Amino acid sequence: MPVPLFAATTVDALTFAIAAAVVLAGAIGVVVARNPVHSALMLVMTLFGVAVLFVEQQANFLAAVQVIVYAGAIVVLFLFVIMFLGVDSEESLEKEPLRGQRPLAVGLMVLGLAGLLVMGFGAHWSVGAKSVAGPSQGQPGGDVAALGRSVFTTYLFAFEVTSALLVIAVVGAVVLARRPGGVLGGSGTDPDAPAADADPGSDSDSDPGTDTDTGSGGDAEDLAETGSRAGAVPGAVGGADVVTGVPTDAATEEVSR
Amino acid sequence: MSLSGAWYLGLAAVVFSIGALGLLVRRNVLVMFMCVELMLNAANLTFVTFSRMLDDIGGQVLVFFTLVVAAAEVVVGLGIVVAIFRRRRSATADDFHIMRG
Repeated sequence: MPVPLFAATTVDALTFAIAAAVVLAGAIGVVVARNPVHSALMLVMTLFGVAVLFVEQQANFLAAVQVIVYAGAIVVLFLFVIMFLGVDSEESLEKEPLRGQRPLAVGLMVLGLAGLLVMGFGAHWSVGAKSVAGPSQGQPGGDVAALGRSVFTTYLFAFEVTSALLVIAVVGAVVLARRPGGVLGGSGTDPDAPAADADPGSDSDSDPGTDTDTGSGGDAEDLAETGSRAGAVPGAVGGADVVTGVPTDAATEEVSR
Repeated sequence: MSLSGAWYLGLAAVVFSIGALGLLVRRNVLVMFMCVELMLNAANLTFVTFSRMLDDIGGQVLVFFTLVVAAAEVVVGLGIVVAIFRRRRSATADDFHIMRG
């Protein structure tokens, strides 16, 4: 069924061109924007463009869900977390922590993209049997009715499992975002306090490189440094200090939490 | 009638590649999550395109389920980011090296 590449009305072709431009601009904007807030707004742009492409392909219900769920809920969640954490500081894109990683990533992307395009344009990918799960076009009630019938008959079990997945995700998010030491009271925070006190003591034993590290950082970074150092070199700290068991416990908790 | 499905598949391939590239080169965890969303959207676009080409409702149902899974994934992922940020005061992937050997 080789449909000619340009067998479309002018309006449809124009709609696709504009929506594709919006999608591509938004996608590039997500990657190159320095500020995470700008990235989130660019993501909204991409999602709207994809919704237009859904409408163009007679998937009206999915377009509505795309705008409501993605642009309305997920991106707002992103923005909420960005504002909540206050990490909307700009990231310097010039600095490259891993040498050669960025050219390698670009090369990999070009290779994968070329492969996808060659296969997508050169081969006929849609060669399966038509309308296996039911036809989508020309149904009474449109695509909404067809989708509803399919979800509540053929895919009923998957739909029910989806509800369980959502409940599990909500419970997991609550457990993750809970303040440490809710039921256990102070036991979650107590080991941290002697760990912070013991930090300069263990610093004097270790190499001077870490000393300058903690000197520049604040209290919170001190805590984090203690955890990572106790986790990384337990033997180096273990010989000299009396309270070495405590930071190791804190590190273990940190991992398990 | 709409354009041939190859155009949509090509656009989806490009968007997927951009998302994968962003996932590789960015270091802010939240931006990396957004790039994952880009890749999910490219896959959704592919599903809808195939659904139209084959006149099959199954592709649209799959997009429906992908949306649900993406929502759950974002909720759990952002919960993890918040939990890590509370301990580390940072949302950069370079700083999460507690499990290094």
